[in-house]
Amino acid sequence: MHVVVLTKMTPDTEATVTVNASGQVHWGDKLVINPWDEYAITEAVLIKGAHNVQVTVMTVGPEAQSEALKHGLAIGCDQAVRLWDSALEKHDSLAYATVVAAAIRKLGDVDLVLFGKEMADLATDQHIFQTARKLGWNMLGFVAKIEALDFAARTVRVRRLTDRGAEVVASRLPAVISVLKDINEPKYPTFIGIRKAAKAEVPVWGLADLGLSAAEVAPRAQVLGYRELPKREGSAEIIEGATAQEKAEKLVARLLEEKIL
Amino acid sequence: MSVNVFVWIEQRDGQPVSASWEALGVARTLAGEGRVTALIFGAGVDPIVPLAFSYGADAVIRADDPSLAHYRCEPYVALLAQQVQTHQPDVVLAGATVAGRELLASAAADLNAPLLHDVTELTLENGKLRAVRPVLGGKVLSVEAVTGDGPQFVTLRARAFPLPEAQPGRSGEVIAVPPALPPDAIATQIECVESSGGTVSLTDASIIVSGGRGVGGPEGFAPIRELAEVLGAAVGASRAAVDAGWIPYEHQVGQTGKVVSPDLYIAAGISGAIQHQAGMRTAKVIVAINKDPEAPIFKLARYGIVGDLFEILPALTEAFRQRLK
Ligand SMILES: Cc1cc2nc3c(=O)[nH]c(=O)nc-3n(C[C@H](O)[C@H](O)[C@H](O)COP(=O)(O)OP(=O)(O)OC[C@H]3O[C@@H](n4cnc5c(N)ncnc54)[C@H](O)[C@@H]3O)c2cc1C
Ligand SMILES: Nc1ncnc2c1ncn2[C@@H]1O[C@H](COP(=O)(O)O)[C@@H](O)[C@H]1O
Repeated sequence: MHVVVLTKMTPDTEATVTVNASGQVHWGDKLVINPWDEYAITEAVLIKGAHNVQVTVMTVGPEAQSEALKHGLAIGCDQAVRLWDSALEKHDSLAYATVVAAAIRKLGDVDLVLFGKEMADLATDQHIFQTARKLGWNMLGFVAKIEALDFAARTVRVRRLTDRGAEVVASRLPAVISVLKDINEPKYPTFIGIRKAAKAEVPVWGLADLGLSAAEVAPRAQVLGYRELPKREGSAEIIEGATAQEKAEKLVARLLEEKIL
Repeated sequence: MSVNVFVWIEQRDGQPVSASWEALGVARTLAGEGRVTALIFGAGVDPIVPLAFSYGADAVIRADDPSLAHYRCEPYVALLAQQVQTHQPDVVLAGATVAGRELLASAAADLNAPLLHDVTELTLENGKLRAVRPVLGGKVLSVEAVTGDGPQFVTLRARAFPLPEAQPGRSGEVIAVPPALPPDAIATQIECVESSGGTVSLTDASIIVSGGRGVGGPEGFAPIRELAEVLGAAVGASRAAVDAGWIPYEHQVGQTGKVVSPDLYIAAGISGAIQHQAGMRTAKVIVAINKDPEAPIFKLARYGIVGDLFEILPALTEAFRQRLK
């Protein structure tokens, strides 16, 4: 029995983002673990505690992504694998899914794959759904709670949030789950955990290790560059008035004048 | 240039979602002389068919079956991928809703097709789509383009494109198709639904009234709800209010909540942290109500009122009630 959790590093949300004249983006040098992944990794470790499964933490990316793996190891994942190849430099979500699915097949005995809801930097969850499809497994997205998990009976029941409200869904293993922040309180690394993680060997699997060709991960969509947002006017027009009523009436009048309502 | 476009029309409990009509509007523009086909999956969806024609469809592919009553990944993806395989449209569109993003990404994976998602601008250049979407917490725009071959799958951010004007009386061919999966091949069963029933969905809302730590407690959302009711608005919240347990998570706006772009966003007792801005920056008009004139939200807002939200909100509710009668 084996659970895999995917993670990556993302720019710090507080970072100032700038775009240069040639459309390249810069967000400072500080990277943090994708905030959503803290919940996914914690959930994997909680499942390990309850079910005696092995947990592998995995990422797709260059050396700088190893920090996220170390974080996973430090809070209790058993092993880490980094998937990277120069052919993946410009990968799209489909290439990501192709690579991750191949790695999960290579591990062999995986029953459950966990993701955080999305990559916070690119605001993308497409790679998650595509990984499930490339594996041919059931996708359970936006999970707020795993209500039941039975590795022997190969069943899972989750509470997920959708645009319609919340739903309780039963499905079969193997499955891919993406988790929301309601699912747990993230664990933080202990001193001993950090020391253990620092010593761990992290294998890097390239396309050859995964039995994939460069053509199979050629991107079908690409980022051409970045643009600044249109600027918003400096600061708010403050609505003044002697009383709350006066301020409210003035604001409502302004909104109606400008046909905002 | 004419292209054939598929649009998935999402319905929830039989109600079509407005993001789907926005997608039909975009499809109409992209198609030129080409054909726009609306795909309607569900149980008892006949009432939606004439609406699809009125919003711009030339044809409808309709699958009506109990196994399709509610969106589920397996039967919906199998059916969409099968229909795309059969008819080979150039472009497949849907709203970038929870279901729309999952459905299009999954079908694109099955067909090894290019995918752009959650886009706010979309153009066609020499047959290939180019799009813009906000990334990095909405702080910059990423310009992306299809470079590979095959049907181009795209999800469109709700409210980023105009709702087309309905033209009643338009009609066209209706193709009825059966589900692609038999019910016993579907592993995933919905056991129960707690519908957020009646209340306006945040992502579809044209007006949102949000409360933050400044509302002081669960009962502090009462004046927020009263104003929302008068305006027909949805209720949002900052993470501080959600984490305090004053309001459920589905109301959270921001980086780790929902991304919204209403016409009007009223933020009361919200300081305007960068992570909150990530969810509401694209609102057309932002109104801030805060007792601290230095709150960062005033840098983003078009209009501000400095004052106690417990005095300002009831006054606003009353003023709107008078004027909107
Ligand atoms: C990884 C990460 C993700 C995050 N994601 C989100 C997210 O998705 N959404 C989100 O909102 N936050 C998010 N946050 C949290 C964010 O950083 C802020 O902590 C949060 O937005 C603050 O909420 P607030 O504005 O309600 O509270 P505060 O910052 O405490 O502001 C309260 C405001 O209310 C005003 N006020 C108080 N009383 C009154 C009154 N009676 N009348 C009028 N005004 C009053 C105060 O002047 C103050 O400006 C995230 C943080 C991190 C680190
Ligand atoms: N794991 C990943 N999955 C998808 N896209 C990524 C990933 N890592 C980086 N990217 C994006 O790929 C693009 C190219 O990045 P770069 O290699 O920095 O030029 C940028 O938009 C990155 O943010």
